[in-house]
Amino acid sequence: MRVMIMGCGRVGAQLATNLDREGHDVTVLDLSASKFARFLPEDFHGRKVVGDGRDQDVLRSAGVEGTDAFVACTAGDNRNVMAAQMAKVIFSVPRVVCRIYDPLREEMYKMLGLRTISPTKVGAELLMAALFDSEREGEAVTNADAH
Amino acid sequence: MQTHTDARTTGHRDSNYVIVVGGGRVGFYLAKELIEQGYEVLVIEKDEGGPRAAYIADQLGSAVIQGDGCEATVLEEAGSARAAMLIAVTGDDEDNLVACQVGKGKFGVPFTIARLNDPRNERLFKGLGIDVTVSATTAILDRIEMELPLHRLHRLLHLKKSDIDLVEVQLPDRAPVIGRPLKEVLLPQGSLIILLVDVEGTPRLPTNESVLRGGDEVIAITRGDTEDALRSVLTGQSGSI
Repeated sequence: MRVMIMGCGRVGAQLATNLDREGHDVTVLDLSASKFARFLPEDFHGRKVVGDGRDQDVLRSAGVEGTDAFVACTAGDNRNVMAAQMAKVIFSVPRVVCRIYDPLREEMYKMLGLRTISPTKVGAELLMAALFDSEREGEAVTNADAH
Repeated sequence: MQTHTDARTTGHRDSNYVIVVGGGRVGFYLAKELIEQGYEVLVIEKDEGGPRAAYIADQLGSAVIQGDGCEATVLEEAGSARAAMLIAVTGDDEDNLVACQVGKGKFGVPFTIARLNDPRNERLFKGLGIDVTVSATTAILDRIEMELPLHRLHRLLHLKKSDIDLVEVQLPDRAPVIGRPLKEVLLPQGSLIILLVDVEGTPRLPTNESVLRGGDEVIAITRGDTEDALRSVLTGQSGSI
């Protein structure tokens, strides 16, 4: 699969690395080249493109037109929303995923037909689950101690 | 200009309440103008560049709240549910897009206008349901183009809904159409000459027998795709500006 990832922060870079290791054709896009050096492993095979993913010409020259999937995961919700919709509406990328921190905004864009992930919501759910898990672990430890 | 003004006829809400997202120079003067025209106006200003909201409150009274106009809670607090119009004029296209989409998608604001900082985003915004886009860059370029001298088609007006341009061109003395009556001039399909103005400034309505003279100003309507063809018929010059 050909995947373009906009935003090479921790999450973007981790995703790019995983996809690359699974043999996918990956292009990573970021405003600053230093992100590539900082977050991508040395044996990363994908393409690294410095540029603004909100710019249609940058997306085009980075090869968005032939890509199978586009992931928007910069730190800015609105930037992600705009670039993701651009990939979908202007460039007809078949699979577009967009990270949106703000849960309200995320719900709305999900309703509008965008595939969205809210790290805020997912993170809180995972923390919640872990919280109750560890309580049970704690209880188990206490019980074991009592015996 | 890249605007049209039928906002009030397109909106379905019986209100004159307008929300302006972004209190920079554009937002401030826009709000001032709208208030003078009798609209009920609220500016939402993020205040990232200093105490801007306080300044607006000082100048315009209580017509401002401090907050992020892309956030649903802020737009709710602003009373978006009864707004007839939302106009997003921040310096960031993505913020303008999201403010309009949240206003429309979540609060059913019937009419949204977004300022474009990058004119290339026009197609995207239109495709995403933003009713009107206003690009300062395009507006300034159009205005300058209008002032450029001679022999080019100057676009006087663009009618967005019908995609028709009203253009003006001054006929060069050596153009192939000079000295010929209009009935002999084959215009591209969809183009129409609607007024001739001679060098003395006397206007005349074109008829089949009107003879074109060097220096005549021709006012015509055309479509974007026939503009070049019209120019080459009237001026003998081809190629685009």
